[in-house]
Amino acid sequence: MADLTTNFVGIKSPNPFWLASAPPTDKEYNVRRAFDAGWGGVVWKTLGAEGPPVVNVNGPRYGAIYGADRRLLGLNNIELITDRPLEVNLREMKVVKRDYPDRALIASIMVPCEEEAWRAILPRVEDTGADGIELNFGCPHGMSERGMGSAVGQVPEYIEMVARWCKQYTRMPVIVKLTPNITDIRKPAQAARRGGADAVSLINTINSITNVDLDLFAPEPTIDGKGSHGGYCGPAVKPIALSMVSEIARDPETRGLPISGIGGVTTWRDAAEFMALGAGSVQVCTAAMTYGFGIIKEMTAGLSRYLDEKGMTMDDLVGRAVPNVTDWKHLNLNYVTKARIDQDLCISCGRCFAACEDTSHQAIGMSEDRTFTVIDEECVACNLCVDVCPVEGCIDMVELEPGTTDPRTGKVVEAKPADWTTHPNNPAAVAAE
Amino acid sequence: MTDAMRLDGIRAGRLGPEDLARNFGDLHPALDRHEATVAADRCYFCHDAPCITACPTDIDIPLFIRQIQAGQPESAAKTIFDQNILGGMCARVCPTETLCEEACVREKAEGKPVQIGSLQRYATDSMMAAGEHPYSRAAPTGKHVAVVGAGPAGLACAHRLAMQGHDVTIYDARPKPGGLNEYGIAQYKTPGGFAQAEVDWLLKIGGITVETGRAIGDGLTLEGLRADHDAVFLGIGLGGVGKLGMEGESLAGTDNAVDFIAALRQHADLTQLPIGRHVVVIGGGMTAVDAAVQSKLLGAESVTIAYRRDREKMPASRFEQDLAASHGVRLLFSVVPHALHGGDRLREVELAYVGPDMSPTGETFRLPADQLFRAIGQKLVAVEGLEVEHGKISVTGSGRTSLSGVWAGGDCAAGGEDLTVTAVAEGRDAAMDIHASLTQGQI
Ligand SMILES: Cc1cc2nc3c(=O)[nH]c(=O)nc-3n(C[C@H](O)[C@H](O)[C@H](O)COP(=O)(O)OP(=O)(O)OC[C@H]3O[C@@H](n4cnc5c(N)ncnc54)[C@H](O)[C@@H]3O)c2cc1C
Ligand SMILES: Cc1cc2nc3c(=O)[nH]c(=O)nc-3n(C[C@H](O)[C@H](O)[C@H](O)COP(=O)(O)O)c2cc1C
Ligand code: SF4
Ligand code: SF4
Ligand code: SF4
Repeated sequence: MADLTTNFVGIKSPNPFWLASAPPTDKEYNVRRAFDAGWGGVVWKTLGAEGPPVVNVNGPRYGAIYGADRRLLGLNNIELITDRPLEVNLREMKVVKRDYPDRALIASIMVPCEEEAWRAILPRVEDTGADGIELNFGCPHGMSERGMGSAVGQVPEYIEMVARWCKQYTRMPVIVKLTPNITDIRKPAQAARRGGADAVSLINTINSITNVDLDLFAPEPTIDGKGSHGGYCGPAVKPIALSMVSEIARDPETRGLPISGIGGVTTWRDAAEFMALGAGSVQVCTAAMTYGFGIIKEMTAGLSRYLDEKGMTMDDLVGRAVPNVTDWKHLNLNYVTKARIDQDLCISCGRCFAACEDTSHQAIGMSEDRTFTVIDEECVACNLCVDVCPVEGCIDMVELEPGTTDPRTGKVVEAKPADWTTHPNNPAAVAAE
Repeated sequence: MTDAMRLDGIRAGRLGPEDLARNFGDLHPALDRHEATVAADRCYFCHDAPCITACPTDIDIPLFIRQIQAGQPESAAKTIFDQNILGGMCARVCPTETLCEEACVREKAEGKPVQIGSLQRYATDSMMAAGEHPYSRAAPTGKHVAVVGAGPAGLACAHRLAMQGHDVTIYDARPKPGGLNEYGIAQYKTPGGFAQAEVDWLLKIGGITVETGRAIGDGLTLEGLRADHDAVFLGIGLGGVGKLGMEGESLAGTDNAVDFIAALRQHADLTQLPIGRHVVVIGGGMTAVDAAVQSKLLGAESVTIAYRRDREKMPASRFEQDLAASHGVRLLFSVVPHALHGGDRLREVELAYVGPDMSPTGETFRLPADQLFRAIGQKLVAVEGLEVEHGKISVTGSGRTSLSGVWAGGDCAAGGEDLTVTAVAEGRDAAMDIHASLTQGQI
């Protein structure tokens, strides 16, 4: 059994799976159950400043996108930060941390962008025994209208300023949670680092309207005939989150900055992918909200088995794929593949044919008896057939050996890599050495 | 097992009303919305889908299933009816295991095809339950077509002709329209008076007059119909029944399976319908299976199907065979009736084993039998003046017979399997050919 013990900027947990700041972590009852189920840590539901708490809508606050069989692919919410009084949350955090000293307990905080507000809340959080704080600069709805959440996260100068205050007023590690609702995710990450933050976590939710009610002509979830954009999360956002994580991991200005990966983590495999791109811990919200806390057992067992099979430690895994994330211009244009259909697995549905014939390169042939074969003369190896084939592993991309001729281009495949930077069609090409 | 099941002879009331109601209820209960959604989600929207090719009426199956996925079963129904106006009946009675569902790629992939039949029923039921009839007639053409036979072939033909603006009169020998939908299909495949409800719904197109109790050979003649109409379509099915041709066949207790089934279908109170304690059915097709299973459901104690060839050759599909077996019907293969025994009434059937070439092996045995049903195939009752091949009306193209201005389709016409869905396809295609002829003034 691989060791899953995690030490993320000094925050220790028995495994790298934390529950993200959200309803699953909004109260003692939930968090105790989560810890009992095996979660390594929680980021407590975001705390606001002292005083009357925020209020939530009293109608539906979630919307959803489904795949086949009503499998939830994306969730959208218009919930605000915790709507329970600050003292209650702090009291509960304290007893939970006392009872579960080996688990990570991180406080998520969102208070107005004023030094005084941060200076007031930090000692009180520290007093709970929390292991660290996460600055919620991500919430894209409601709170942002009040100049908090993503309204701060979209202005790098504010991030830097608040991070600096926090480092100044607490000894707890500071994690800055980033909003994806921004053009270049590297900018807020750089600002966080400049402000002295210990780590960043990402992504928070993405601005979204999941559906429009075609009888009421209003966005869903609909509150008395009106709707507001919400924050999108769940499996559908994973690709966006992975890309953003990778950009921070490979940017020279943020390289090495610890990352807590969030966004669509649903199985151990998703978590391992985030880790390979540089995440030292992962946070989960939608998967837990969809299936309950029990999924943690699949996640820990799965990651552990994977590491064992690979003979790797978690440290070996974290960041392992980062060197392989590169710019398009550096991709090897002498790497030539062709699709190949395994006739034993093929069920003759013809989806590859429809996709290739109608929308791509007319590179799949169909016979009278519904045998589907790739026409190497036409196949550009786009991978669309692989993506639409309902049978996993039925279509492969097979590499052409150097020295063989690509029947499409008539060119002999060269062993030596060559990319766009040296390509003759590139006006800015530099001669290959 | 009730006591009444052990009483010898042929008698009514072997089972009580509750048992009978349960036994003759829906074989495949309708899918509810959730079930339909889950089932529809399994369709891959195949290119040039093999299920369409396997459907004799070429229903665009991936399209209608996608319409169910997209939350519009009514649009799905329209897609179905465009090709098959009896899509509601076909959804219930098609042997999908040998048609669309056998061809479904998910049968190949997982041995579990998309439930096309059940989804088709879900779609068509939703439109029919709402009372919506999505077709209207084209401008009147002034042409008048006679359709003989109100079975699936005749009904499909009449509807398509009416859509094109022609006036249609359907003549049928029986008191009710529907053909075997009304008199032949097993009760548990189409309970709740669906056959008549479907005819009523189909006739909403307008322009179709149904005259029941009117038959060629009994008042009507083909010549007369040709003279009075611009075209004639024959969808008269197979009205004759084969005999075993052996001694004792007139003993009380020997009946035609189709007559037994017709009586069952028309009986208002099944507690009053007599059935034997021991029943033997001779034959191996759908009719044999239906007669045997329904005998069992009526309360016969033992029911045996005696088929002359081996299992692989049996015309009834594997699904039908299993249906019979699961109801406790015994299936015997490679046996033919050798003698019928009994004085005043049938008491025993003696069966002889035969080899693959139908020659007797010499071994015989007897089964107790109060009742024997012949299900050895139906035959065409010939109509004068028409060429016949292999016992069916010869046709070329879309049902053109040897007489100009006369078309034929369904069971009575050569070609195609004897199935409801095939009859619908042939009736529909003949209608389009009739329409083309009439509008080009080629008759
Ligand atoms: C017991 C049984 C069970 C079956 N089960 C199934 C099943 O589950 N699934 C399936 O797909 N198929 C089944 N079939 C086959 C299916 O019923 C037929 O293929 C289909 O009904 C043929 O349609 P049709 O219109 O050609 O003829 P029919 O349905 O036979 O209709 C012919 C009509 O013509 C009328 N008629 C006949 N002669 C004359 C005349 N001289 N003048 C005027 N009218 C006349 C008849 O009264 C009848 O109404 C079954 C058949 C039988 C016998
Ligand atoms: C209902 C709901 C409420 C949330 N509330 C907060 C919050 O208070 N603070 C915060 O930082 N993130 C909040 N989030 C965002 C999650 O912590 C997380 O970043 C996001 O859902 C992406 O992860 P996932 O794809 O695993 O759900 C919320 C998400 C949901 C679904
Ligand atoms: S999950 Fe359902 S029952 Fe529970 S609070 Fe939400 S709406 Fe109410
Ligand atoms: S999509 Fe896959 S299963 Fe379908 S025909 Fe193509 S290769 Fe075969
Ligand atoms: S073959 Fe099956 S999966 Fe393919 S379109 Fe037809 S029903 Fe759908």
